[in-house]
Amino acid sequence: MVKPVHRVVTGAHYGLKDWLVQRITAVLMAAYTGLLIILITVYQPESHEEFKALFSIQWMKIASLLFFAGLCWHAWVGVRNVLMDYVHPMPVRLTLQITCIVALLGYLIWFLDILWG
Amino acid sequence: MIAWWQVKLSAGIERIKLEKWSDCWVIHPSINLPGLIGYFMEARYPAKRRPKYLNLLKIRQPLPAIVSILHRISGVLLFLPGIPLFLYGLQMLLQSPETFASLQSNLAHPLCKLFLLLATWFFIHHLLAGIRHLMLDLHYGMQLEQARLSSKLVLVFGAILTALTGIWLW
Repeated sequence: MVKPVHRVVTGAHYGLKDWLVQRITAVLMAAYTGLLIILITVYQPESHEEFKALFSIQWMKIASLLFFAGLCWHAWVGVRNVLMDYVHPMPVRLTLQITCIVALLGYLIWFLDILWG
Repeated sequence: MIAWWQVKLSAGIERIKLEKWSDCWVIHPSINLPGLIGYFMEARYPAKRRPKYLNLLKIRQPLPAIVSILHRISGVLLFLPGIPLFLYGLQMLLQSPETFASLQSNLAHPLCKLFLLLATWFFIHHLLAGIRHLMLDLHYGMQLEQARLSSKLVLVFGAILTALTGIWLW
């Protein structure tokens, strides 16, 4: 017998994906944090030029972008969970979720602009 | 064989139909059992005395619960205002020597330092509680004692690492 499925657009994404993504991005961000601490202790940048030089290295830019994209995805899963727990009216929840996604995409573009602009 | 069981309830006397099955008496299948249980509950716990909801502020929360709610609160605050402030700071750091100097002078303000220290604590707590969460996902520290110990460690190391970062920054 097939059970009827009532899926809500603002509900959970019914699977392992989000749960796994949150953990993978967490490990990624922790690794980047470790890398950043090591780089800052080794190079000890103090002036604007030194910081600029550190963030001009290509692999550093790529690692930073991976970190920030991971952060956005991680934040989305987390905020979505929080909204599902505390905001119950569907229209309000959907509006807040859309706001979060738009804000996170905006942050990502802002980050790209800072590093490559 | 059919018999009747008389039960005295606050609402009056209730008669429950029983039936003999080989060597024991059972409640007759015609009786609405969930309804009967509800009836007993009503009698034992009058509507006024029954707890309807839990007031979280009146319960002394166990350590893992405190670590968990701080993980959530710190996560939300790292999202807002955390991410925009981080981007604003990074922009000032990398844009030009002038913005770098103004970032430095802003961060020299005691209130700003306090704010940064608080943000550092939120970040470190979120990181440590997250590592604890990953360990639990891998089935390490599932016993109650271990779970209590790991939450204590998260809180203690959160405070120590925040203090060390504070000393390192200034």
